[in-house]
Amino acid sequence: MAKVSITVNGTVHSANIDPRTLLVQFLRENLRLTGTHVGCDTSQCGACVVHVNGKAVKSCTTLTVMADGADVLTIEGLAADGAPLHPMQEAFRENHGLQCGFCTPGMIMTAVDLVNRKGHDLDDHTIREELEGNLCRCTGYHNIVKSIAAGAKAMAKPA
Amino acid sequence: MYEFKFSRPATVRQAANLLAKTEDAKLIAGGHTLVPVMKQRLARPAQLIDLSKVEGLDTIEMKGRSLVIGAMARHASVANSAIVKANIPSLANLASMIGDPAVRHMGTIGGSLANNDPTADYPAAVMALDATVVTNKRKLKPEEFFQGLFTTALAPDEIITRVQFPVPKKAAYIKFRNQASRYALVGVFVAKRPSEVRVAVTGAGGDGVFRVPQFEEALKKRFSPKSLDGLTVSADGLNSDLHGSAEYRAHLIGVIARRAVEAANA
Repeated sequence: MAKVSITVNGTVHSANIDPRTLLVQFLRENLRLTGTHVGCDTSQCGACVVHVNGKAVKSCTTLTVMADGADVLTIEGLAADGAPLHPMQEAFRENHGLQCGFCTPGMIMTAVDLVNRKGHDLDDHTIREELEGNLCRCTGYHNIVKSIAAGAKAMAKPA
Repeated sequence: MYEFKFSRPATVRQAANLLAKTEDAKLIAGGHTLVPVMKQRLARPAQLIDLSKVEGLDTIEMKGRSLVIGAMARHASVANSAIVKANIPSLANLASMIGDPAVRHMGTIGGSLANNDPTADYPAAVMALDATVVTNKRKLKPEEFFQGLFTTALAPDEIITRVQFPVPKKAAYIKFRNQASRYALVGVFVAKRPSEVRVAVTGAGGDGVFRVPQFEEALKKRFSPKSLDGLTVSADGLNSDLHGSAEYRAHLIGVIARRAVEAANA
């Protein structure tokens, strides 16, 4: 067993875990934060994307012990319960950026990371390139790209 | 995954000691090859030694005429580094094409080289730029370091600490991706160095990265895509699978090499 202490969405969680525990398992099964999804489980699909120390990573391919001491942000941490949605979440809703919704948490966490790195004025080509590691089997991506462009702009406005 | 112990040393020396004294111990850097392989139960390390907290392994700096990249530098750091972009832009470009953005936040140059996947991108850069792989024990030239499919000269208790890239006059890397996996079906790194031209190919070789001497000689006379006219690569020893035959890959090497020379001259 290994002791870990990880800050998730602003709260410190300490636990004694099997070193085999994947970060996505820790989030879903230990902390019951089931917004982060397991899609392919082989680091292709991006449904499991969370931020570790401010950077988007695939939590199905990260051991929890590797994130010991880190600051983790999941989809649940973007907006407080009952508070208005995060601008990127709102943009996905406005622009019909989802159908079944399974890929959406990963899409949104990837999109927020993209805005953090490349700013608020994103062209379609950049967005499509940056979505290389996120798969959606419903939408055909068109409305996801629209949502991210709109969400990126909305994130520039003071809340 | 099979069970394993996990440790997180603070220095290269501690890591090397752990590696030496534990049977079936394995280093973990970004883990983006090792973790998937362990999940499939294709690897069964008794202990993982995490290098992410070892100080000073992720620096990127110029030393004399060489660009020195720490083994734990993430692909995203290399891709976005102002120092890499200013001195060897082809290397920053190569790093920006590995995997996807989330993978690039984790994957490292040292991990990629130690794994020596025949479709990995970095081996082509190391071979073409005649980089030196520095370990806790010695310095290795690419011809010594790369030993074939997933095989390197690294001893069981040896750790890559950094890679020294001499700055070339011109260089470019072009990758032809497998449309599904996005790995290199054929990747060619071309470098015009003060004394020679090197052409290194990844993705195609049955034994991993290799050089193309006939291309290098022709390009040394004149560094132009035209110099490669009429030259071919033998399909012998090239990978052949459902994504492409050996003959197809041999043809692609010529096409991609021309594009790489064009890009280097641009």
